[in-house]
Amino acid sequence: MSLLEVRDLIAGYGPVRVLHGVTFNVDEGEVVVILGANGAGKTTTLRALSGMIPAKGVVAFAGHSIVGWQTDRIATAGVGHVPQGRGTLSDLTVHDNLLLGAYSRRDRAQINADIERWYAIFPRLGERRMQAAGSMSGGEQQMLAIARALMSRPRLVLLDEPSLGLAPIVTQELFRTLGDLNREDGVSMLVVEQNAGLALGIAKRGYVLEVGRIVVSGSADELAHNDDVRRAYLGI
Amino acid sequence: MSLFLTQLMNGIGNGAVYASLALALVLIFRTTGILNFSQGEMALYSTYLVWYFSNRGLPVWVAILLSMTLSFIGGAAIERIVIRPVERASPLVLVIVTIGMFLAINSIVQVQFGADAKHLTRAYPAHVWRPGNVQISADTLVLVGILILECLFLYLLLQRTKLGLGVRAAASNPESSRLLGVPVGRTLMFGWGLAAALGALAGSLAIPASQPALSAASMQSILVFSFAAAALGGFDSTIGAVVGGMIVGVAQTLTTQYIKALSDIVLVVPFGLILVVLMVRPQGLFGSRHVERV
Amino acid sequence: MRSRRQLQVLALATAVVVLAFLIVLPHQYGSTNTTRWAQALYIGVAAMGLNLLTGYNGQVSIGHGAFFGLGAYTSALLVNQHGWQFLPTLLVAGPLCFLVGVAVGFPALRVKGLYLALVTLGLAVLFPDLTKHYVHVTGGTNLVAMTGSELAPPAWVPTSVSAIGRDDQWAYYVTLAIAIGLFLAAMFIIRSRFGRALIAVRDHEAAAATVGINTSFVKVSAFAISALYAGLAGSCSVLVDHLANADKVQTFQISIEFLVAVVIGGTATVVGPLVGGWLVVFLQHWISDSLPKHVGSISVLKRTLANPAASPAIFGIILILFVFVLPDGLVGGVRRLVSRIGRGDVNDIQPSTTPLTT
Repeated sequence: MSLLEVRDLIAGYGPVRVLHGVTFNVDEGEVVVILGANGAGKTTTLRALSGMIPAKGVVAFAGHSIVGWQTDRIATAGVGHVPQGRGTLSDLTVHDNLLLGAYSRRDRAQINADIERWYAIFPRLGERRMQAAGSMSGGEQQMLAIARALMSRPRLVLLDEPSLGLAPIVTQELFRTLGDLNREDGVSMLVVEQNAGLALGIAKRGYVLEVGRIVVSGSADELAHNDDVRRAYLGI
Repeated sequence: MSLFLTQLMNGIGNGAVYASLALALVLIFRTTGILNFSQGEMALYSTYLVWYFSNRGLPVWVAILLSMTLSFIGGAAIERIVIRPVERASPLVLVIVTIGMFLAINSIVQVQFGADAKHLTRAYPAHVWRPGNVQISADTLVLVGILILECLFLYLLLQRTKLGLGVRAAASNPESSRLLGVPVGRTLMFGWGLAAALGALAGSLAIPASQPALSAASMQSILVFSFAAAALGGFDSTIGAVVGGMIVGVAQTLTTQYIKALSDIVLVVPFGLILVVLMVRPQGLFGSRHVERV
Repeated sequence: MRSRRQLQVLALATAVVVLAFLIVLPHQYGSTNTTRWAQALYIGVAAMGLNLLTGYNGQVSIGHGAFFGLGAYTSALLVNQHGWQFLPTLLVAGPLCFLVGVAVGFPALRVKGLYLALVTLGLAVLFPDLTKHYVHVTGGTNLVAMTGSELAPPAWVPTSVSAIGRDDQWAYYVTLAIAIGLFLAAMFIIRSRFGRALIAVRDHEAAAATVGINTSFVKVSAFAISALYAGLAGSCSVLVDHLANADKVQTFQISIEFLVAVVIGGTATVVGPLVGGWLVVFLQHWISDSLPKHVGSISVLKRTLANPAASPAIFGIILILFVFVLPDGLVGGVRRLVSRIGRGDVNDIQPSTTPLTT
């Protein structure tokens, strides 16, 4: 049984339907990538999974159907979500942002240990721990967003275009860290990206989303060598 | 000199009255980012409840606590039913809804309790000390003391508890907060409930201290000064509400005493302050730059 | 399927019928009713002006009672203290309110949204105090009472228009004339380039500036024009009610009445606030006069309605309900309904241009 099982997902905004029946899954321990151009429905998919927009279809997380659940309930059930644009709580300090990530947890001592661990992994966050989060650079805010989402010790993390608006060097470092986290902590990830190269580098499997439908699916290797994918997303 | 000091103490006493309602205004702003024009009337209704209970024999402090509890529930209900649907709406909608509530609550008070002035029992005996010819009233001391306690309480709640973190997070970025498991809806209800309870306390103590009787118009002048206090201090600053209140209170008292020309139009003080602050430094003395979200 | 042309003809026909009714009205009704209709008209005029500022330009003001009061006092004092005829006072009240509107509009540039509403509240609250302090006629109150003779129709008005003992007819006709004039002016403004600029500045000020619109000019002008409307309405109120009373309660209450009229009538049209003004006046009278009779047997309800505070309560609740149920106001709602029937296509997506439905 997959950790996340999605079948015939239909979702949209009001009368405008964006996803027309999307099927995919994420197994425990995997990094799965969904590629797609602008407007394909990538962000819509993740928002539907987190209950931020109404959706129809089958969405099962760890065996339970989570369709129709409130966002905070889904989060507490173990689904982390790093939103597009990083979703930084700008008025709060870096430290408070991280503390907030652990909102659904109760183990005080462990929470503090985790925070220190994140400061070790992302030293720049440690340096700015008492600063207002909104005053940091895009790359730093992205690190914060990831650390914050992982503070809740989720089983699955949804990442919405983590490379958006970041310099190439920063995104390389970012994806390397994501890969490390997946390997060491066993956190499953569903990454939605336009930057196919980096994403396929850490993924096991992937899908291609086009205008609200899955058009290609396969292993990361297969996708990297797929001519259509290469032309569309790798610029080759 | 002793006259001046007495007036200063009076000003501080008035300031405490304004600051106590300003705290409620600030709390609402910190949780939902709006200016609630009906805060005073909500506090008015709560104060009438205190009158109602104490009139039926309950000791005043029990009546106040009971009213605070009921107000908490009422405030939470108002957030859920009236405010939730319009939280992110345009300023026009927000003005309409809060003014609508202002009218509705004020009228409900008159219809339910009658428009005649009521005598509100004091929660503590009135007393005036006279150290060295300077007059200090019990009202001033009690109000300032309660203010300090409230500030301490709010600081500890908002900065040191998980619930407080949730409140601040929900105000800063509701969507991100939900994604982290914060029940934003319930948190907002809590914020409004707490503000209503603080308003109840403010009204119950401030009205007997500043007016001869309780009537439907009791809160209206206080509200104006409280808005000035909150604007001056910064709408998102608890400390600002208190300092702002003190400045407004002292400015009003000293103006009335020493600038005879303005004594009739003393409202120039708070509104002049509001205008100047909003034009020159919109985040007030202690607020953060993000205050302009509205 | 009705064409747009046919709908325009229908609208025009309706307007003509309504106009005809309004013209013969004072000779069909007694003085009480005629006066009420006149009140509805001047509230409507002020609401029309407020709508230009708040509905079309997005600047929320809950202090226009101050401009209304300014116009009222100007006319009242000129007639009462300086023996002027009523009509010439309009030439002073109007421009004076316009200028004060300009003066207020400038600082308003720096304050937005709810903060602006807060500052305009200051206007409504300060104005009574300032007039009480600086205007030394009222004997310490805010009331200027007039005798009927000062406001009688001038000699050149034929008795067929305003009968002897029916000065209310004259008052009504003056108010009607001003209402029609200002209505046409508002229609003209809205259809002009300036009107489009008003809306552009409301919806996206930064973008409007990039297209070459002088946003400061637009915003200050909107304030001035709305002040002019409110001021002229205030002058009319002196003629109709034979007094000028701008105490704190009154000024605040009437500021809210304007807002209620705008919301109920609808912000998207020029005529909406006029309808809203009519509703505000007649609803209040209905609540205090007629409703209790129909509620006969339920004594609790009767007692509740008899309370003078019942009216504002109902207004408050109506305000809130309208935001949820009829965000376009009555006229806006009717408009949507009519155009749906007219087009025969219920699935038409109507882009919303009103601030309430953002």
